[in-house]
Amino acid sequence: MTFEYAPALESTAVVKIKPEYGLFINGKFVPAKGGKTFTTINPATEETLTKVAFASSSDVDKAVAAARAAYSKVWSKMPAAERGKYLFRIARILQERAREFAVLETMDNGKPIRETRDIDIPLAASHFFYHAGWADKLEHAGMGSSPKPHGVVGQVIPWNFPLLMLSWKIAPALATGNTVVLKPAETTPLTALLFAEVCQQADLPPGVVNIITGDGSTGSAIVNHPDIDKIAFTGSTAVGKGIARAIAGTKKAATLELGGKGANIIYEDAPLDETVEGIISGIFFNQGHVCCAGSRLLVQENIHDEVIEKLKRRISMIRIGNPLDKNTDLGAINSSAQLARINELANSGDLEGAERWSPACELPTKGFWYPPTIFTGVTQAHRIAQEEIFGPVLSVLTFRTPQEAIEKANNTPFGLSAGIWTDKGSRILWTAKHLKAGVIWANTFNKFDPASPFGGYKESGWGREGGRHGLAAYLKGNH
Amino acid sequence: MRIDVKKTYKLFIGGAFPRSESGRTYEIANSKGIFIANPAQASRKDLRDAVVSARAAFTGWSGATAFNRGQILYRAAEIMEGRAAQFVDEIVAVEGISSTAAKKQVQEAIDAWVWYSGWCDKIGSIYGSTNQVSGAFYNFTIPEPIGVVGAFAPQKSSLLGLVQTIAPIIATGNTVVVVASQKLPLSAITLAEVLATSDLPGGVVNILTGITAELAPWMGSHMDVDAVDASGLTAAQDKELRIAGTENLKRISTFKAETSPQRILAFMEQKTVWHPIGI
Repeated sequence: MTFEYAPALESTAVVKIKPEYGLFINGKFVPAKGGKTFTTINPATEETLTKVAFASSSDVDKAVAAARAAYSKVWSKMPAAERGKYLFRIARILQERAREFAVLETMDNGKPIRETRDIDIPLAASHFFYHAGWADKLEHAGMGSSPKPHGVVGQVIPWNFPLLMLSWKIAPALATGNTVVLKPAETTPLTALLFAEVCQQADLPPGVVNIITGDGSTGSAIVNHPDIDKIAFTGSTAVGKGIARAIAGTKKAATLELGGKGANIIYEDAPLDETVEGIISGIFFNQGHVCCAGSRLLVQENIHDEVIEKLKRRISMIRIGNPLDKNTDLGAINSSAQLARINELANSGDLEGAERWSPACELPTKGFWYPPTIFTGVTQAHRIAQEEIFGPVLSVLTFRTPQEAIEKANNTPFGLSAGIWTDKGSRILWTAKHLKAGVIWANTFNKFDPASPFGGYKESGWGREGGRHGLAAYLKGNH
Repeated sequence: MRIDVKKTYKLFIGGAFPRSESGRTYEIANSKGIFIANPAQASRKDLRDAVVSARAAFTGWSGATAFNRGQILYRAAEIMEGRAAQFVDEIVAVEGISSTAAKKQVQEAIDAWVWYSGWCDKIGSIYGSTNQVSGAFYNFTIPEPIGVVGAFAPQKSSLLGLVQTIAPIIATGNTVVVVASQKLPLSAITLAEVLATSDLPGGVVNILTGITAELAPWMGSHMDVDAVDASGLTAAQDKELRIAGTENLKRISTFKAETSPQRILAFMEQKTVWHPIGI
């Protein structure tokens, strides 16, 4: 059964993409040394959106010098309450320009406008508003009576939630009195550059926020820069381990938000219709480009067939296509490289003997697309049960007892997120207690809030972001 | 005339006192260079055995109530108090300090147990939180023990540094494999005798003596060690351990010789749980 919807396209008129973007250093847009640039495309159409500057290590030096000067001369000397007011201003401007950000994010990233409009951009604004209020209350952050900022923070963020990850990084750094050099992901630089304009509109002192675009070599120049005091990184576990190695033996502090392979545990007494919605949101939200995705479904064996039948029916309703269409549920895969990675891992599921299912659906001919996919009959040894796919691909496993559910859920080097679905309160708390994961959603999934600490156990990273705990990671204590 | 009965200084693994499986010992001299004892020189295999014991003890110890753990830490203080004279004698012999200074070190070590004992059932209240998220959800964050912690006790302190290393790690339910000061290891084994009679389950604290530089790389690369207190390492050893530790992203910290709740929190993970509110 398919429903035909009339297209409901969001207008792109609100967005004015410039033909070229420079690096945002010391409050101004400047070209990269040597004028090197790269292009960014719309992954739903493969059309080139614009050119952005490619920062080399000498550009990184300039940005760090600007951040250092802003830190010692302006930002660290400003009364905390005044510092906070800049963050309030930024939050307000993000709210005022929310539609523009949402459309631009969807064009550069490929995610549905429904998500950028309702989740990414409002959450980014609320992160600034939340942290603004912390700026003059740092003595209550749990780091002693007069905690200090680290100084200059180098931040490298991923492409899956470009503006939201920027806000997770910049808001707490600024609230605590640090200054920032941030590099957005190579495939999604545009909302970060629009954010640079917001900093100008807010009259943020030059050099407090510096945004430089480039690729992994630019990120590496930030990580290895001797005048950076702290690194904050969100991305893959492999790159995160490389950063940890690079800063070993230095004075640099680090927070790392890395990969995951979240277990979503469905007990036999779960309310199934709500649970199915939670499974859908757990794996298909943002095309599954989510480090905390519920990518391993653990279903109690006696309800497996019923859950899978309901799940398939629900997946058949998912609307795939133009991310700017307000009806769209599943947008484009962010890049051809990511599509290749999803294909490679999903194909290993076929080869290793799991059973693949996708609904009959038509994918656009241009752009990068992957249908919503589930694999049943997955065992713990399968690559699709162990490795992060970072796409709309769900691996289904079964269990018989709660103890077995815990054992399977924890059988991973990751420990970022997990889900629990049951009607029984004591079982929720027992399960939550035994899961080795930093964020646990019980009878819900993929919820985020600036007041709620986020981050993982084990190889999912170091430290937390959000809430008091995330704030503390940007402070040095005097305890 | 009577000949003294001297103590054999062995390892403390899983609640037992084995010699090193390697059969090795090394010589300890006092501050004047005169031979004192031949403590065990732990090997890589001993370290791995100790990690196995620590992992096995983790479920029970972290599952005990915080009140129960607090009482056991306090019990360690009680028993140390009764053996204070022995600790003082050993510290005087090894460190060559006055008995007054040694006595002060022992008292501070006893008081550190008492201080951390009191933290066991308070750390969650002070450093956990309920979070006011936007929406109909109940959301809370609780600190939990991280698992098996490796530790290198400070090199310059026989007893106080060691207790300040062990107590904050185990207060919350972690288990520990601690390498004692290389040159000042005697108090460590006497402390093991205290812990063995303090209702502390076997395997919660495992104490190795030996050559720090030999053991550090194995601690760093061990995939079942979740975190390390590297306070007793040199800068070069610390760096090497951190590089090896990236393989499973160990949480690695160093501390100055002080008591602080941050020493407890360094070996905890924060877990956040969401649940909808509704009828």
